[in-house]
Amino acid sequence: MTRVVLPYHLRTLAGVTGELTVEGQTVLAVLDGLEASHPALRGTLRDPVSGKRRPFVRFYACSEDLSHTSYDDPLPAAVLRGDEPLLVIGAMAGG
Amino acid sequence: MVGVRLLVGTRKGAFVLTSDERRRDWQVEGPHFAGWEVYHLKGSPADPDRIWASQSGGWFGQVVQRSVDGGRSWAPVGNDFSYEGDAGTHQDLDGTPKPWAFTRVWHLEPSLTDPETVYAGVEDAALFKSTDGGTSWGELSGLRTHGSGPEWQPGAGGLCLHTLLLHPTDEQRIFAAISAAGAFRTDDGGGSWIPINKGLLSGEIPQQEAEVGHCVHKLAMHPSRPDTLFMQKHWDVMRTDDAGGSWREISGDLPTDFGFAIDVHAHEPETVYVVPITSDYLHVAHEGRLRVYRSRSGGGEWEPLTKGLPQEHCYVNVLRDAMAVDRLDQCGIYFGTTGGQVYCSPDAGDSWEPIVRDLPAVLSVEVQTLP
Repeated sequence: MTRVVLPYHLRTLAGVTGELTVEGQTVLAVLDGLEASHPALRGTLRDPVSGKRRPFVRFYACSEDLSHTSYDDPLPAAVLRGDEPLLVIGAMAGG
Repeated sequence: MVGVRLLVGTRKGAFVLTSDERRRDWQVEGPHFAGWEVYHLKGSPADPDRIWASQSGGWFGQVVQRSVDGGRSWAPVGNDFSYEGDAGTHQDLDGTPKPWAFTRVWHLEPSLTDPETVYAGVEDAALFKSTDGGTSWGELSGLRTHGSGPEWQPGAGGLCLHTLLLHPTDEQRIFAAISAAGAFRTDDGGGSWIPINKGLLSGEIPQQEAEVGHCVHKLAMHPSRPDTLFMQKHWDVMRTDDAGGSWREISGDLPTDFGFAIDVHAHEPETVYVVPITSDYLHVAHEGRLRVYRSRSGGGEWEPLTKGLPQEHCYVNVLRDAMAVDRLDQCGIYFGTTGGQVYCSPDAGDSWEPIVRDLPAVLSVEVQTLP
């Protein structure tokens, strides 16, 4: 299971507190798992038609920005071991 | 309890304001969806405890929420607003073709009779319909694919379908307004549409009398006279008495005929309300005085309504969906401002009191009259 930390607004929308755990060893699988377990998140992280990440959403793990990598790549080993979470970030924007 | 329930959408969440029929003491609940922009909320006339809310933001896109208990609790419903087929292009602000792209829901319009049916006007301009309470949405693409669609250009707020008026007895007839394309009507439930802009004159476009391209800000209708519509255009207040066949100007003696909001008294179909705004450059109350203007003659002659409203140093705006009227015997008028005030007049505009003063900027106000 992969640990996931959502930003405040999405935790509220999904009705969760703290970390989530979902099945998935890639970013894409984690997104699929999040949307399956919490349908309210559909369309909030990625465009429902194109599947593209929303511009102000970022995926970080182990001090790395995974936002621009292939979402089919395996997540970092520390995330797969459960030592580190995958961080979903609402990017700083607006000044 | 006879009373009213106001549904207020703001830049930072939604609020539900309730009162009895005296409309003097108010209970304020919220913010719901704190931190999100709530462009609009509206309740079902067929089941007033069923309310939909458009929740959106630049980070996480569009969410539609539904309450089945009068706004006390909410649950997300469907938010897939996919255009039908190849969406094609409209004009961008610089005149170049731009692919149609969904941004947000501006306006939700529940069916007058079916609590499962609700319409959504969206940006980029298109009309969607749900027949399962908002769980799923399908585009009524005849509007967007009307022949003039590729010529439509956004207004400053975006290419938005912001107004939907449902005919009170003919379910096949719907009016829609789009900034900056104009007004449209369907007589077959949304399958096909015609532009209804004859008589509009817009100095901001090359052909002042063009079939489309007018920046219509808002339409209003009294249900007893569904062929008569009132329009606050970018500039000019207009009316039609033949369901949009032709329009004539009724700005009359208004101090400025720029504005956004317009509405009609619940029991007097010739009594109309507008809030004049200085200009399209300034977007603030005219002369620093917040005045609602009322015409009891269907336009042309207007009287300022000022009692209880700030008459100096007031530089707020009143946006297009931010005015509403209740249906109590003594009609109440409500509007919200970009300064976060929501005002109530329980006497049809003669006097006003703020219900709340310090909400986030108000985007929309709707009112439900409760039995």
